[in-house]
Amino acid sequence: MATNHDHPEHAGHGDHAGHSHDDGHGHHDGSYLTPIGGFWSEVWRWATTIDHKKIGVMYLTAVLFMFFLGGMAAMAVRLELLQPTRSTAVTSTEPKLDAAGAPIIDPATGQPVTEVVTQTVTTGQMWTISNVQAENNNVYNRIFTLHGAIMVFMVIIPSVPAALANFLLPLMLGAKDVAFPRLNLLSFYIYAVGSMFAVASLLLGGVDTGWTFYTPYSTTTDADHWRVTLMVLAAFILGFSSILTGLNFIVTVHKLRAPGIGWFDMPLFVWAIYATSIIQVLATPVIGITLLLLVFERLFHVGIFDPRIGGDPVLFQHFFWFYSHPVVYVMILPGMGIISDMIAVHSRKRIFGYRAIAFSSLGIAGVSFIVWGHHMFTSQGELASIVFSALTFLVAIPTAIKVFNWISTLYKGSIAFNTPMLYTLSFLFLFSIGGLTGLPLATLSTDLHLHDSYFVVAHFHYVMMGGTIIAFVGGMHHWWPKMFGKMYNEFWGCVGAVLVFIGFNVTFFTQFFLGTRGMPRRYASYLDEYQLLHVVSTVGSWVLMAGFLVHLFNFIHSLVAGKKAPANPWGAMSLEWEADSPPTEHNFHHEPIVKHGPYDFDAAVPPHWDAKDWPLPAPVPGGHKH
Amino acid sequence: MATISTHSTPTGDPPGKHGWERYAHAPHYRTAADEFDACKLGFWLFLTTEVLLFAGLFVSYAIFRMLYPESFAAGSHLLDWRFGFTNTVVLLVSSFTVAMAIRNCQKGQYGWSIINLVITILCALAFLFIKFTFEYGPKWTQGKRPGSLFDYPFSTTPNEPLWWSVYYCATGIHALHVVIGMGLLTWCLVRQIRSRQYGPGHYTMVEMSGLYWHLVDLIWIFLFPLLYLVH
Repeated sequence: MATNHDHPEHAGHGDHAGHSHDDGHGHHDGSYLTPIGGFWSEVWRWATTIDHKKIGVMYLTAVLFMFFLGGMAAMAVRLELLQPTRSTAVTSTEPKLDAAGAPIIDPATGQPVTEVVTQTVTTGQMWTISNVQAENNNVYNRIFTLHGAIMVFMVIIPSVPAALANFLLPLMLGAKDVAFPRLNLLSFYIYAVGSMFAVASLLLGGVDTGWTFYTPYSTTTDADHWRVTLMVLAAFILGFSSILTGLNFIVTVHKLRAPGIGWFDMPLFVWAIYATSIIQVLATPVIGITLLLLVFERLFHVGIFDPRIGGDPVLFQHFFWFYSHPVVYVMILPGMGIISDMIAVHSRKRIFGYRAIAFSSLGIAGVSFIVWGHHMFTSQGELASIVFSALTFLVAIPTAIKVFNWISTLYKGSIAFNTPMLYTLSFLFLFSIGGLTGLPLATLSTDLHLHDSYFVVAHFHYVMMGGTIIAFVGGMHHWWPKMFGKMYNEFWGCVGAVLVFIGFNVTFFTQFFLGTRGMPRRYASYLDEYQLLHVVSTVGSWVLMAGFLVHLFNFIHSLVAGKKAPANPWGAMSLEWEADSPPTEHNFHHEPIVKHGPYDFDAAVPPHWDAKDWPLPAPVPGGHKH
Repeated sequence: MATISTHSTPTGDPPGKHGWERYAHAPHYRTAADEFDACKLGFWLFLTTEVLLFAGLFVSYAIFRMLYPESFAAGSHLLDWRFGFTNTVVLLVSSFTVAMAIRNCQKGQYGWSIINLVITILCALAFLFIKFTFEYGPKWTQGKRPGSLFDYPFSTTPNEPLWWSVYYCATGIHALHVVIGMGLLTWCLVRQIRSRQYGPGHYTMVEMSGLYWHLVDLIWIFLFPLLYLVH
């Protein structure tokens, strides 16, 4: 056992009634989920909680809701692309007009004369957003902007750090909470306000700038509307939430590690979150000032990005990508952290190359700040492009270090066939494809051909979705028993994982071909030659959605009727599994004292041991740390 | 870091009379010193984000200055360095008094800490007064405005609106920080007067507000020469 409690059988659930507390704050000893008062008093307790676990769960709920919204937008985009042109013939009965445009009145009846008219409308009009006339590509542009902005700012960025890490970081470090619990709640509410701004902008008719808000388009489009301003403000507000979360986590990692946890005794998930937080803190302020200047531009026409009075739109691109490229690693690093933990636990083997993985996280964080120019190969000078192209290849080194270490971890491991492992393997496949297809995009000569094509779309979906979302969903399965104290159904979990894997590949692998054949991104209509691949891709998106729905029902079923989870269903070694499932309000009954590292399976787990035989036998004397 | 001393009452008052003596650190820290260190680390990280926020403005300044040196020189000539200089002195004095206020809290000198906080807040008000009355106000009425609002008939260089954009954005966002810093210090002052909240055992809030104030000062130290002095 890792902790200093004196009952080796402690790991079972709910047998702590006789334990004394190590602090006198009078908290109840039940799980953090146990309601105390009536419904409305519980709502109030959740809304004002400073418990990192509850805040994590609230984030998780909000992120999943946003994922649903963004996902629906993606489904609409894919549905639209089933057909090469958007035009469909619609017949309707309309009043007949004379040459002057006035309705012709039938003198006999006094009623307007009507005629049957066949009009050509766009299929985009099937998804009319309130008050905005659906014309031409308008709706399509708004829907994909909605998809991009929601998925980037409101789903992927907060998914792992704000939702999962909020819950797990203090537990993994043996702490009672994050460093600044009230700041943590504040950052959740800032996230909620920012999301409301974004949704408000959507309800007012949406934005068609793309999630990148490039000037001068974003400063001139819809000139009489507040929608773009609202959307930009939303991203600005969400940035605050991101900064506060990152700051909180850095201080937590520095100051709240339990006695016995050195830097190299932390789970690699914590290292990944630490590296992520550094990027969040250092990069987000730059997008803050950029978006603020964009708002000034829209409100007061200050002209800093306006070439008419000498301003520079390319400056906006530099500022934007100085944040938004590092933020790509805010999105992927936490996913890598999840994989590092899951792959070791579910192959019951010490992680291969602990320090290499830990330092490569920091390496990625460092490199992330010097490669933003590869988003601007067409808008910057030749020399700058060459330099940024060369620097971009550096990213491949720390990422490849991680992938090789993960694969080496699997070698001779006792690999479990369960949902987290399926997601881990999916991640290895998909992320590798995503990473390797980044290389032709970083190469100037090939990028000339692939630039702004579906190849780019496929590439970043393989990294963002095949990487982050896959790791996120895998991590949700891995830590679900800890978070809610219930097991999910393993069979349906695996079915969902397989459906997602197949659906994802069918959807996005086809887009590599579309891209190499010249299909440009962001268009609602295309040449007939592309239709077959588009149809395949759209059908894939349905399979993908089916996979997620299976997970959704599986999770709901687990909450309602799931088996009670033991404290450590996977036989994992890191500290969060020493707490109850779900943890008590203050996480641990005693401050844990760590006696082994998070991956000491070889020291603590005897050969041929099976997870169902939990708890572990007494630790091997002299078991070493890293 | 052990700048927090154990509870002692230098003034000889009975324990529990002052707010700071009743202060209990949050339960997830082991000691009050741990909590203080964590707050300090967190606050320095926050100050880093502030520096990076202003970095965007400084980069804009550098780029447009490089592109349009004559417009920037002409615009700079229209600023009166004497107001800028006065404000620099005002901020430097306030930085000194806020540092003294922290020191007073550490030594339990309540009266002096209140006096120093009041001087700091008055300096902040003086800064804003000078900024708005002698600088923004007249310039705005003369038509020296940012971007498309620019309406100054005697301008000699084509890109002068851009200079005013950079000027108003940089000093405006800085002025906003002055207001925020003033709010933090006022909060400290009110709590100190009402319940002697800050003393040798607990003065985190004063220290953090002081750090914030130093940052506000520091940014002005860079803005002043760049905008007023360099031609």
